[in-house]
Amino acid sequence: MGHTNYRVTEKGYYGDFGGAYIPEMLYPNIEELRNNYLNIIAQPDFQAEFQSLLKDYVGRPSPLYLAKRLSERYGTSIFLKREDLNHTGAHKINNTIGQILLAEKLGKKRIIAETGAGQHGVATATVCALKGLECVIYMGEVDIERQAPNVARMKMMGATVVPATSGSKTLKDATNEAMRDWINNPVDTHYIIGSVVGPHPYPEMVSQFQSIISEETKKQLIEHTGSPSPDYVLACVGGGSNAMGMFYHFLDDEHVKLIAAEAAGLGVNSGHSAATSVLGKEGVLHGSRTILMQTEDGQVIEPYSISAGLDYPGIGPQHAHLHKTKRVEYVSITDAEAMDASLLLSKLEGIIPAIESAHALAQLEKMTFKGDEIVVVCLSGRGDKDLNTFMKYFNL
Amino acid sequence: MNRLKQLFDKKDKDILSVYFTAGYPTLDATLKIAEELQNAGADFLEIGFPYSDPLADGPVIQKSSEVAIANGMTLKVLFEQLKSLREKIHIPVLLMGYANPMIQYGVKEFCKKAAEVGVDGVIVPDLPMYEYEELYKDDFIDNGLSNVFLVTPQTSEERIRKIDGLSNGFIYLLSSSSTTGKALNVSDEIGVYYQRVKDMKLNNPLIIGFGISDQKSFERANQYANGAIVGSAFVKTLADKDDYLAHIHDFIKGIKG
Repeated sequence: MGHTNYRVTEKGYYGDFGGAYIPEMLYPNIEELRNNYLNIIAQPDFQAEFQSLLKDYVGRPSPLYLAKRLSERYGTSIFLKREDLNHTGAHKINNTIGQILLAEKLGKKRIIAETGAGQHGVATATVCALKGLECVIYMGEVDIERQAPNVARMKMMGATVVPATSGSKTLKDATNEAMRDWINNPVDTHYIIGSVVGPHPYPEMVSQFQSIISEETKKQLIEHTGSPSPDYVLACVGGGSNAMGMFYHFLDDEHVKLIAAEAAGLGVNSGHSAATSVLGKEGVLHGSRTILMQTEDGQVIEPYSISAGLDYPGIGPQHAHLHKTKRVEYVSITDAEAMDASLLLSKLEGIIPAIESAHALAQLEKMTFKGDEIVVVCLSGRGDKDLNTFMKYFNL
Repeated sequence: MNRLKQLFDKKDKDILSVYFTAGYPTLDATLKIAEELQNAGADFLEIGFPYSDPLADGPVIQKSSEVAIANGMTLKVLFEQLKSLREKIHIPVLLMGYANPMIQYGVKEFCKKAAEVGVDGVIVPDLPMYEYEELYKDDFIDNGLSNVFLVTPQTSEERIRKIDGLSNGFIYLLSSSSTTGKALNVSDEIGVYYQRVKDMKLNNPLIIGFGISDQKSFERANQYANGAIVGSAFVKTLADKDDYLAHIHDFIKGIKG
């Protein structure tokens, strides 16, 4: 009714963003997905298996927890959507479960994926073990060194971890390597992209698989408060998959204020940041038109954040659209603010958050509440993987 | 008059095109290599403008792009260098690269600049047909630039026809669905694919690329197409910063026989 349409068009666009900027070599792969994913996802047997795995294997629904002491501190009601309690410790598995079932239906025998911090790599290795499919994970050489425990997890579950040695040897290069693998293995391989990025239909498909987060949240809010609509919903954004899942069913409810926290690293203008919505310009990255951090000449800039899951140089195309249309407010949170928020949640609630998720929590410090407002924060992952960083940072 | 069209009017087989990355191995190498290739007998040239994330390229062209960027190559620098392109180079020249640097430069401005310095066409592997048609086609046409699309063994006949209709230079026929720099697939299957496309009697000439590295692969490609493109195999010979021009003649001779 007069409001902007936030959903994807048939050609894969969200406003000016999205599309499929891919070389012809990838066209058949993408076309196969695009032509089939909606039908497959809609099939009753797909849904039955998807729902049953989410329940019995992942442990869904994840709780919506009223954080009492945190609420007292900020003077309003704060609910945490506990994606950190999922199997493998983050929201990433919602998507990999969906995509592995899709890959199976498409008759694929081999799975590839990219990973930065290793969370998506672990979630992919997990579902490959579950289904007995070959699994190859591309990971930047630099990240392999930084994230040794996750590399070990992937290997234990039978995945091959291939170091990406090109470019800056981090997440964006791992993504390039995975795309190159897919170009060279077009027939038997499915590429499980871990975020709401990449060529259409990936951003939409991953959003749909993650949308379970907001679907559950609405029902749980009714139980807690009597209404499905909170005043605020907060989530962190790297590529933006937990945020898209958290926002998905609230997009058309314009009374709900949606806030996305980006990683400002050492400060937005420090030269060591991942605050894409502030620093980025429109362009093409990994197959979609979006906002990305780049030089004047259009070379991609390597981002920085203390949290390995947020240092991606772009954001998903739907986020670019939500930013441009101002449906979602994008805010910047520094390393220090996120680390303080991690410690605060640990001490007040006995929950150690992933540093990524702590970026969303840190935004609470900057807001003022009326007292009777309802706030939902997506706690996208748990902090176990960040213990080394916490130990160094807080001298524990 | 577009030099590509002139070339194809004059010559319809054994056309040799060579790809190299601008600003590699040294920033000022671009025109020197172009001139040497022309003298050695290349029929047309593809000059790559480097991108930090070249996802359709194998290790050789990735590396050359990385070095070129480190050397200071940008589209601005390249167009500055190409101002004197037509003083010595008379064969057709295409620019090849990825969509993002071009979009950042401004596609309209890019096309204008390219035409101004005497470039004949552009190859942007990650700029798909739909986006080209919707957003950029007029900029190319207004500036007399040929836009070249890729076709792979997996591309459907319907799609090839559409590509043919949108093309106004040649069609870049990939020897296989792969990144650049892989050995040429010499199976019978690939011959069947080449023949299938040849039999479609398209309006545009066919030039085969990816995996052409020696006389044998060049000759085989020419059984089916009007010519072939050498990329990675040539770029590999340029690694020596102090002596990169020395082997160009022998290399081209080795390909053409």
